[in-house]
Amino acid sequence: MPETIFKHTIKTAITLVAFAFTFTLLMTVVYQVTKTPIAESEAAARIALFQQVIPHDRYDNAVLNDTIDILPSALLGNKKPTTANIARMNDKPVAVILEAVAHDGYSGDIKLLVAIDYNGVISGVRVIQHTETPGLGDYIDIAKSQWIKLFDQESLIKTNSSNWTVTKDGGTFDYMAGATITPRVVIKAVNKALQYFKENKTVLLKETAKEIIKDVVKEDKKANKVGKNESI
Amino acid sequence: MSQFKDITENGIWKQNPGVVQLLGLCPTLAVTTTVVNGVSLGLATAVVMAASSGAVSPVRKFIPNEIRLPVFILVIAALVTVIDLLIHAYALPLHKVLGIFIPLIVVNCIVLGRVDAFAAKNPPAHAIWDGFIMGIGLTIVLALLGGMREVLGKGTLFSGLDLALGENFKHVVLTVIPDYQGFLLAALPPGAFLGLAFLIAAHNWAEQYKTNKKPTITPGPESELSEPLKPAY
Repeated sequence: MPETIFKHTIKTAITLVAFAFTFTLLMTVVYQVTKTPIAESEAAARIALFQQVIPHDRYDNAVLNDTIDILPSALLGNKKPTTANIARMNDKPVAVILEAVAHDGYSGDIKLLVAIDYNGVISGVRVIQHTETPGLGDYIDIAKSQWIKLFDQESLIKTNSSNWTVTKDGGTFDYMAGATITPRVVIKAVNKALQYFKENKTVLLKETAKEIIKDVVKEDKKANKVGKNESI
Repeated sequence: MSQFKDITENGIWKQNPGVVQLLGLCPTLAVTTTVVNGVSLGLATAVVMAASSGAVSPVRKFIPNEIRLPVFILVIAALVTVIDLLIHAYALPLHKVLGIFIPLIVVNCIVLGRVDAFAAKNPPAHAIWDGFIMGIGLTIVLALLGGMREVLGKGTLFSGLDLALGENFKHVVLTVIPDYQGFLLAALPPGAFLGLAFLIAAHNWAEQYKTNKKPTITPGPESELSEPLKPAY
């Protein structure tokens, strides 16, 4: 009977809609409730990460909010615009925290956090994301070994560009048996980050007091876009 | 009460999702590089299973047969999203470790399998217990597998517990084999397959040992509960 079929269809549709509505509501509520804790714990985790590349006592600004826009750059390996964080002491920039990506890792991208002092010396480097082979290439991760600390206090002046590679290739950086591709690309990425810093130093380290940033947010944002025409 | 006992026995041993039903192999194989990872994901799955069984069972009579699978998936996906958000908010390091595998609980067929095979046909209390205990059965397998792979692959036990429970638990991490160079095979996916094979073999051996020992017992009429689940998903 067509009428019962119609009835059944309506009932089925209503049931599905009711379930969809109820559970979407549930998700909305939980999303709203967890939104702030998620943002807070993400921020805390990021501050903890920054602490590894530049100690807290070297800066006094709200480093998470003190950002500068970075356009896509071949030297940093970012394909989309991103931001760099500036660490300041008494409104004077002491270091820039850059994110660099190496696309030529053994398996997938390697994301690095590089903190460079105002004088071009590396304060610290950490791998924040990688999918290198466990037990072989993953010693670039601080959780697995101290290798990444080789970059502390490195600079383009201390080590000239041709030596920025593993000892096997005639460079100055040690590596561990089993994997040379991974350290090679990490060293290259750090080197390129230093070059980026060198090229854009004036913009990155512009002395902008907090108050000024607040006042001229829009202008500042425009002015802060750096590395526009740069490619490699 | 005997039904609860039956359900428990099924979830932990007879119909164990990890070594008998072989459902949900994606997390079983991928996450079990350490005990902590395995147990964390196992418990998250158990919670999802109990919650989705509990959500489906009371309304099972209102769900028309034709749309039961979309409704189940909807329920499971929503509950997984909720748990994902909660872990993200209150246990960020754990969220970083389990990462992609939490959302993937949605497509873990054991969850849909139990909801469809059990929760859709049984009262809520039984359904919740079944979902939970099946999850616990899976957790035990994940823990054993994680333990085997962690000891063989890294020479430690319970590493990463501080990530799950806080810094205070850092000293619980055991170094089983000092100065261990690591055994890569165990840490990589093949190690998971081999480890699982050993667990299944052990389970089968124990089953056979039991039947050989008591050959006089004739199996009673199969209850609806112990009806084997065909791994058709």
